[in-house]
Amino acid sequence: MTAADVDAGATAPLSEAGNPIGFGRMLRKEDARFLRGQGHYIDDIQLPGMLHGAILRSPLAHARIVSIDTTAAEALPGVRAVITGATLETLGLAWMPTLSNDVQAVLATDKVRFQGQEVAFVVADDRYAARDALELIDVEYDPLAPVIDARRALDEGAPVIRDDVEGKADNHIFDWESGDAARCDEVFASADVVVAQDMLYPRSHPAPLETCGSVAHMDKVTGKLTAWITSQAPHAHRTVYALVAGLPEHKIQVISPDIGGGFGNKVPIYPGYVLAVVGSIVTGKPVKWVEDRSENLMSTGFARDYHMHGEIAATRDGEILGLRVDVIADHGAFNASANPTKYPAGFFNIFTGSYDLRAAHCKVTGVYSNKAPGGVAYACSFRITEAVYLVERIVDVLADELGIDPAELRMRNLLRPEQFPYTTQTGWEYDSGEYPRALRLALDLAGYDELRREQAAKRERGELMGIGLSFFTEGVGAGPRKHMDILGLGMADGCELRVHPTGKAVVRLSVQTQGQGHETTFAQIVSSQLGIPPEDIEVVHGDTDQTPFGLGTYGSRSTPVSGAAAAVVAQRVRDKARIVAAAALECSPDDLEWEHGRWFVKGDPTQGRTIQEIAMLSHSALELPEGVEGHLDASAVYNPPNLTYPFGAYVCVVDVDPGTGQVRVRRFVAVDDCGPRINPMIVEGQIHGGLAEGVGMALMQAIAFDEDGNCLGGSFMDYLLPTSMECPAWELGATVTPSPHHPLGVKGVGESATVGSPAAVVNAVIDALEPFGVRHADMPLTPAQVWLAMQGRPARTDLATT
Amino acid sequence: MQVTMTVNGDEVTRDVEPRLLLVHFVRDHLGLTGTHWGCDTSNCGACVLWMDGEPVKSCTVLAAMAHGRTLRTVEDLDRGGELDPVQQGFMQCHGLQCGFCTPGMLMTARHLLDDVPDPSELQIREAISGQICRCTGYENIVHAVRWAAEHPGGSAGADADAMSESSPATAGQADSDQEVPA
Repeated sequence: MTAADVDAGATAPLSEAGNPIGFGRMLRKEDARFLRGQGHYIDDIQLPGMLHGAILRSPLAHARIVSIDTTAAEALPGVRAVITGATLETLGLAWMPTLSNDVQAVLATDKVRFQGQEVAFVVADDRYAARDALELIDVEYDPLAPVIDARRALDEGAPVIRDDVEGKADNHIFDWESGDAARCDEVFASADVVVAQDMLYPRSHPAPLETCGSVAHMDKVTGKLTAWITSQAPHAHRTVYALVAGLPEHKIQVISPDIGGGFGNKVPIYPGYVLAVVGSIVTGKPVKWVEDRSENLMSTGFARDYHMHGEIAATRDGEILGLRVDVIADHGAFNASANPTKYPAGFFNIFTGSYDLRAAHCKVTGVYSNKAPGGVAYACSFRITEAVYLVERIVDVLADELGIDPAELRMRNLLRPEQFPYTTQTGWEYDSGEYPRALRLALDLAGYDELRREQAAKRERGELMGIGLSFFTEGVGAGPRKHMDILGLGMADGCELRVHPTGKAVVRLSVQTQGQGHETTFAQIVSSQLGIPPEDIEVVHGDTDQTPFGLGTYGSRSTPVSGAAAAVVAQRVRDKARIVAAAALECSPDDLEWEHGRWFVKGDPTQGRTIQEIAMLSHSALELPEGVEGHLDASAVYNPPNLTYPFGAYVCVVDVDPGTGQVRVRRFVAVDDCGPRINPMIVEGQIHGGLAEGVGMALMQAIAFDEDGNCLGGSFMDYLLPTSMECPAWELGATVTPSPHHPLGVKGVGESATVGSPAAVVNAVIDALEPFGVRHADMPLTPAQVWLAMQGRPARTDLATT
Repeated sequence: MQVTMTVNGDEVTRDVEPRLLLVHFVRDHLGLTGTHWGCDTSNCGACVLWMDGEPVKSCTVLAAMAHGRTLRTVEDLDRGGELDPVQQGFMQCHGLQCGFCTPGMLMTARHLLDDVPDPSELQIREAISGQICRCTGYENIVHAVRWAAEHPGGSAGADADAMSESSPATAGQADSDQEVPA
């Protein structure tokens, strides 16, 4: 990238409509329809003759299916089809591959393996009749002992969940190691101080406000399947459909309509999507299936569930030397994590964080349990949430051990700007960073020293106030594709740009917005490179028939990958425009200079052509040089050379009620560095949202289970999400460290705050509880959990505590 | 059973099952899909519309209970094609992302401002506390409602205003060649 690109971000001129021609604050194009109630979400789709599907789910966590009687359901008026696992077996569709090379039951045939698992599918004239029919299906179960505690999943004699897999005699999925264990042993053996801490990142759920759903229409005449799906990755979904169902890929059109929030929940392929297709094949009609909230919380992709044991080694004066971690990863009943193939624990081995260590090692063991499948979701950047939480929590434990202020300890150990590009002990190459600058800004904005003085005064009065920090390094924008693929599909993204004769443009993306504002941001990216006002650029996305192939939106990869593709394709159009302009001006392309949407003759700015004029010329009778085709368009596939590494420093201030354990987040200061900001308003919005998620995870949200495997977070009455009353007014700051390898210097930001904030909140609460000698308590820090921690016996939050 | 009600100024009559939820009636029978459904348990507020001038969560109201009543949904919020000030405020202050909670938030916000034209931040937070937004962290929704309070007649030049009004401040550290985009 060049300095000019950064300057363009800071000083973009305004279009006649008042929008920045390039980077800058711009109101969102997509708002016009959402504000009028004219968004078009999955449940808004109505097709002629459309039927409605509903899924019967298992009430038990682990049981053998003895029999299923659908007679009464089939006899109910309005019911068009009742589909069971036996029906699917005849079609070869009873099982489907997961994104982690496991298989998952579409409908259970032999056993049910978690509460909420799909058992039968009813298609009926309307959604009420379909639900009525579910009540009439008689399933006889033979209950089995469930595996609920992940830490006991590998015990001798534990019930074997996956007896569908030939020869499987335990609940083990994988072991994965990273780093140098021997070197770690040496460093730890010679260290002044070693502290250890067990910590749980509990099972959570993204809970987008719109649940998952699909409308499938198999046209028997054309043989074409059109599937509207709540999908963050429509192209990947289409290819998987082709591979799974044997449908020809050119006869599948996947359309992602407006998506009511995703957060990773809409990456996997769920049985319901497949069942809608089967329902359409069986009935010959379009079939809509939209899950309800309990189905969403109990059966679709959960997040986290990492049981971690961390150890950190340091010198007595606070130089951090090494870090090692052992993890038990609860993946549920099927291994359906959406990871790049070579990374069964995602990018967890970025757990060395933002510090310069001499040695690091981690070992992750994946296990099955009788819980819903998933694991990689909820704005986690492929498990970097867990990694950041681990390192930022244990650094605070170390600070407590050493009696060093946590801010001071971090400042002493942060990577220095001159160390970049920096290769971590586990092999990640951080592209750029100015970490101390960001931390200093956060501490200044928070008034850190004054806060500590206030805290000291309050402690003397018996009031509990806590100040928590976290410093995170994110890694977003997967690929490169030689290292990263999902089911063999390399993680690169295409982009196509066409400039119409009148100078208006259409850009086609492979990624899919779920609220991130792509229709605005990507128009700004193209605008920044071509000088066409963003209001004159239409962004097309979410339809596999209309857009080039790519892996979709998750892991904060849209801007790092697809955004780069959009920049590259616009630069190609600009290069072509130069040739056309040169032909029109009867000069050499080398004689031309570019500025603000115009090629002009060097030294004579009056001789030039605007991009709009060039667009018309490129479609005109103008004679072009040999080998130069007419029109003004280009395509590109962007294969990123590396991830981008945004980072940030967060400070959280909480007050804890000593009588009830209630935590109030009083302030939250977030300094984020994601490179230049294409649209600062949208970036700030992304950060706000992620901070709220972090408060929710730290204080409220967890999917726990009782000993029978009953899900205790199956509705919004049980699974508590933060409201306006739990969230403070966010205080944001920014530093700008461009990525050296991204064409625009930008880095992803969508998940930064979700990754970085939980540790800050927890660190603040634990800091508040310092008078009680509390060194750690697991999330969520509900009033009950805080109160128990104050009594010196914090609970396990993954199991029922009643 | 037959129900008759006034919806967005028009009288409608339909035959419905007694158990039909109002949210499904409005969406599936009247085609007014701006009102969303999100949770079934009155927790999320995506389904908020007005019944006889009061915001209700239409996922826990039966269509039959709306018989003889007057409903207003988000589709009726604009004024002859011009956005209501709360709609403008949400756009100006980036009070929405995925848009799914937005109709419910708008209906609650309009009701608040009709009752309390100049609400404090806390009053706004309390007003929307029965509704969930998963994207915005609520702050820009609060700003959006305040914007509407400060622009009761809306703003014909809203777009121009937007460029001059700063977003919630982001503090930055500016280097010579690395300005924080404003």
